[in-house]
Amino acid sequence: MIAHLIVLPVLLPLVAGVALLLKRQAGTRLKRLVGVGSTLLLLLVGIALVARANGGDIAYYALGDWQPPFGIVLVLDRLSALMVLLTAILALGVVVFACAGEDERGSNFHGLFQWQLMGINGAFLTGDLFNLFVFFEVLLLASFALLLHGGGKARILSGVHYVVLNMAGSALFLIAVGVLYGATGTLNMADMAVRLGELPAERTGLVTAGALMLLVVFGLKAAVLPLYFWMPRTYAAAPAPVAALFAIMTKVGIYAILRVYSLVFGDGAGALSRLEQAWVWWLSLGTLAVAGVGVLAARDLRLLVAYLLLVSVGTLMAGIGLGSPAAVSALLYYLVHTTLVTGGLFLLAELIGQQRGKAGTRLVRGRPLRQGGWLAGLFFVGAVAVAGVPPLSGALGKALLMASAEGSQRAWLWPLLLGTGLCALIALSRAGSTLFWRSQGDPGGLALPRSQWFGVIWLLSAAPLLVVLAGPVSDYTRATAEQLAHPQRMIEALLNTGGTP
Amino acid sequence: MESLYAITTGVLTACGLYLVLRGRTFPVVVGLTLLSYAVNLFLFSMGGLTTDGAAIVNGPGGYADPLPQALVLTAIVIGFAMTAFVMILAMRARSEAGNDHVDGRSREDREGRS
Repeated sequence: MIAHLIVLPVLLPLVAGVALLLKRQAGTRLKRLVGVGSTLLLLLVGIALVARANGGDIAYYALGDWQPPFGIVLVLDRLSALMVLLTAILALGVVVFACAGEDERGSNFHGLFQWQLMGINGAFLTGDLFNLFVFFEVLLLASFALLLHGGGKARILSGVHYVVLNMAGSALFLIAVGVLYGATGTLNMADMAVRLGELPAERTGLVTAGALMLLVVFGLKAAVLPLYFWMPRTYAAAPAPVAALFAIMTKVGIYAILRVYSLVFGDGAGALSRLEQAWVWWLSLGTLAVAGVGVLAARDLRLLVAYLLLVSVGTLMAGIGLGSPAAVSALLYYLVHTTLVTGGLFLLAELIGQQRGKAGTRLVRGRPLRQGGWLAGLFFVGAVAVAGVPPLSGALGKALLMASAEGSQRAWLWPLLLGTGLCALIALSRAGSTLFWRSQGDPGGLALPRSQWFGVIWLLSAAPLLVVLAGPVSDYTRATAEQLAHPQRMIEALLNTGGTP
Repeated sequence: MESLYAITTGVLTACGLYLVLRGRTFPVVVGLTLLSYAVNLFLFSMGGLTTDGAAIVNGPGGYADPLPQALVLTAIVIGFAMTAFVMILAMRARSEAGNDHVDGRSREDREGRS
């Protein structure tokens, strides 16, 4: 049983999704039960995986018992275990929130939700470049359908951009995978790392082209500077639970960059090692700058949160650009914080919009909120965390990241990171005072259901909890960064000695 | 054979890219389709082109690399599903927005704003 634990994060949502599809006519109650139950199980599996990976050894699961490098493998190390657990925590808050009625606005919400989880978990666990593509497609197809859940003009029009861009990205991904396969003769990432070490000189150009094409694809998923234009509008138009789940989607891109370039193009790759560093560093700084401007310019709370997500993408990419293990450790801590808090803010924006009636989430004078005190309190917690003001987790993450910068990197990173923090602070305080204080008329709207409160509080409570648990969490991220800095351990675990088949 | 194959793939890619950059949804969908054909051809050729090779390794004789064929099969299936989806989405967008521009804005709208 324990050996099969690694495949469960993929198998469980798949089975639940298929069951939900077959029982499409079943009652709402049953569907919600299956959806929440499966996500809860996923959370337990995630905890078990982290506990197992924390031992420090790298386990793999060879599907069909075809040993690597020939078969398809799922690999479990500290990084993938952390990402799977993070996905499950986010998904539980989101799926409970959706049970308040959002899931009934269109057909098959829960089934698609499970498939999306399957794609995300698969992308985090796979040890094979082509399977990374397949899982990307699974999560994309599910996200296309979820994005259009409930319909409406704005969703469909932003959906066209999202779908077309991602299809073009998939084409590029396939070309890159093809080039790398043609040059190295393998698709297993660990095996590719070994073969790059003994690459004939005339193929170096080919592999460089393939590697940088992969960077474009992952950059499109992560929404970095020249490739982010689809993101704010799409996320602002998506239904709230879907937008909150999409908070992890940009992190799939970040994860892919971290994994592929640390493992395949690590120190062992000779002339090709660390070829993404300069690109990622400068693009991340550009992303931070434009995201700061976007935060100030947003005239709608959802759009504001989407730009805050872009700020977090810039920050995370800067962590990759810094390149040292200390920076990677800091960026992983920040990643956990930002995923949960921005997810919570997307859900909170929906609650505020519901109580404001016609004004919705637009930042204009509207009627007062019926449960304004509670909502304002949660908004305050989320704003303090996301803007990076002490004492909540955002400040800690940013401080760790800034401390890991060295020399001239500091001169670039510190002003930009602190400047965008200031932009976020200004925009959020302006938004908060408009939403909660500049109001007239009688309070309207219905009292909010308990499951929606649960979803928001579940996600936003990460901000204080991450400060309280900062010790164990940063110990774990430090060990993760250490593991990533030594890719040869994973190569040995996968190719020489036998793991658990 | 290699040069003919390369030229075919290149022309397909160029046509696909040009169509994807057009402003209306129908050419964009056709462009994406052409692009996925080109990518499939490209992927197929990545194991090296072999004529008269055996599909299964059998003794010391020449054989064709079976992996790209498996990859292409997967890519074709995924591409097919994606194309079907984007087709329906384009039709929905056409009926919701009242025109088939990718931004959902008619010609008058765009000229009025600029």
